[in-house]
Amino acid sequence: MNENRNVKIRVRNLTKVFGNNPKKALEMRDQGLRRADIFEKTGQTLGLSNINFDVHEGELLVIMGLSGSGKSTLIRCLNRLIEPTEGEIVIDGENIPELGDKALLECRRRHFSMVFQNFALFPHRTVQQNAEFGLEVRGVDKRQSAETARNALKQVGLEGWEDALPNQLSGGMQQRVGLARALANDATVLLMDEAFSALDPLIRGDMQQELLELQSRMQKTTVFITHDLDEALTIGDRIVLLKDGEVVQIGTPEEILTQPADDYVRRFIEGVDKSRILTAESAMRPVRAIAREDDGPRTVLRKMKENSIDSIYVTSRDRKLLGLVDVDAADRASKDGKDTIRDSMTQDFRSVGPDEPMHNLFAMFSERSFPIAVVDDDQRLLGVVVKGGVLDQLAQAGDN
Amino acid sequence: MAIDIPRIPLGDWIEGGLNWLTSEYSLVTRAISRVTQTGINGLNDAMMWIPPWALLAIIALLCWKAAGTRLGIGAAIGLALIWNLGLWEPMIETLTLVVIATMVAVVIAIPVGIAAALSERLYKTIMPVLDFMQTMPAFVYLIPAIPFFGIGSVSAIFATVIFSMPPAIRFTTLGIRQVPLELIEAADAYGATRRQKLLKVQLPLSLPTVMAGINQTIMLALSMVVIAAMIGADGLGSEVWRAIQRLRPGDGFEAGIAVVILAMLLDRLTQSMRKTRKS
Repeated sequence: MNENRNVKIRVRNLTKVFGNNPKKALEMRDQGLRRADIFEKTGQTLGLSNINFDVHEGELLVIMGLSGSGKSTLIRCLNRLIEPTEGEIVIDGENIPELGDKALLECRRRHFSMVFQNFALFPHRTVQQNAEFGLEVRGVDKRQSAETARNALKQVGLEGWEDALPNQLSGGMQQRVGLARALANDATVLLMDEAFSALDPLIRGDMQQELLELQSRMQKTTVFITHDLDEALTIGDRIVLLKDGEVVQIGTPEEILTQPADDYVRRFIEGVDKSRILTAESAMRPVRAIAREDDGPRTVLRKMKENSIDSIYVTSRDRKLLGLVDVDAADRASKDGKDTIRDSMTQDFRSVGPDEPMHNLFAMFSERSFPIAVVDDDQRLLGVVVKGGVLDQLAQAGDN
Repeated sequence: MAIDIPRIPLGDWIEGGLNWLTSEYSLVTRAISRVTQTGINGLNDAMMWIPPWALLAIIALLCWKAAGTRLGIGAAIGLALIWNLGLWEPMIETLTLVVIATMVAVVIAIPVGIAAALSERLYKTIMPVLDFMQTMPAFVYLIPAIPFFGIGSVSAIFATVIFSMPPAIRFTTLGIRQVPLELIEAADAYGATRRQKLLKVQLPLSLPTVMAGINQTIMLALSMVVIAAMIGADGLGSEVWRAIQRLRPGDGFEAGIAVVILAMLLDRLTQSMRKTRKS
């Protein structure tokens, strides 16, 4: 789905060496030495090595990795809080590593808002003044920036707290201020560096949901750093998995879960609550048999018998879902001598889109025993999910 | 036993250098001298023009406003005692010297402190110089001050500035350096220029520490101004000096107590300013 989206940031061959002799380290890297060996021999740390990925316009890209994987370095290379050693970072045609001081300043102001792990709020400024910071630095008119900041605070639910100082707020509220500061700035890209990691789990879940809501409203290009796979899977449109300064896998949460690139990823995804991430599509099965609305009851009964099922979905010629007929209704129609099953259809079933999270399906199974129909936006039948299918899929994912 | 190595004429060199400075820059030193003397006289006259009871009331009120009832009452009693002992004029003279020396010291120290915080190289150069300035016995500064600025208050100010400046520099540097890295990153990330970063983030956040440095500077200035009586500075120090020469311990202690009262007032007052800034 994302492939044809516009690329907002293109990262190519990004490399960062910490130390005073990066050349030596790069040579050794090109000879195929590992990070640990390079450190032992030269004292240079290969923070990032040959990173390639794109950030698409409007997507929420998660960069995930354990501590030491280079994710913090990576996000800081994007706005050059850390100078990259090599490589390209192109945003709207500008190659960030090549920018001069002034152009870099401009670029940071226009393109990047950042939210920090420990909030990084200015303790001597009120909530309102914190939210205004980016605009103030840019020289935006005072009245206008006050207005914009107030709106941003409203968006994150901090109306009425404008005059408080950051240390009077709880952690969750402080991070809302951090978020408001970023939103008020209205830069084109939002960088979030472990933004929710310092919050306790409940607040964290809330913030994740709120971020998703904001995201669906604003479609802001976001790069989100986290060490928490659950978080990555919950909020990410796509995930870049880092290990030891290298990209291990890039993909949607579902791709990561169902097609892990290697053992490292496979070990990583153990113990994830898969029902939250897997969707109806992954548990869906092709329909073995469908009925047409002008089929006679006997035909339909035979189709059911051949496939040993006790209900069947009815579609039009172009596979649009019309209804469902169960074996009793077909039997009755046959005894009543009806020509078609058109009048025997029921609408008493559930249909979902392919993106429906799997944990929502459980509840549906408890109220209806029919398979759940999976349909696309035009109501065309894509497949069905049966109860066993969900469990199979979960069990399978659990085995990996 | 002594190995026969010729003695290094360190003292001669220093004297030669100082003499050279004195003769080459006499125009400059004389100009500084005149300006400073005018400042001292002006401030002194202004404070002496206000009747003692009025100044006492003003200072007590200031202390009460800034630090509460206790300091207000303490200030009133302390100043009344000084007045009663007939030490009002020397006290004002001392206060003038402290105020001017502190102002000069702070005006020099804060930019230097900021620069040292921002440049690692300057930091490394300046720290040993500060060690030198602080550990050199205070009296030594008095000697070259005389050929530069002559006997009197200006020399006292010169020596006092040198002696009292280091903590203001050190604390300013420390204050800026201890601003959390994350806040610096935040300022950078939002595209703040160096100047914006300094004015909007680093300086406001280091203010409590800078104030602590200024407090130290004031205390050192006060102690030095008293010692500077040896080169003819007016004020409470010269009262003590006279008492020593005449062997009159009673007079000496009276003047000494006046110094203590002044010191406590200045200290509590600047500390309370620091605390209100912090909260």
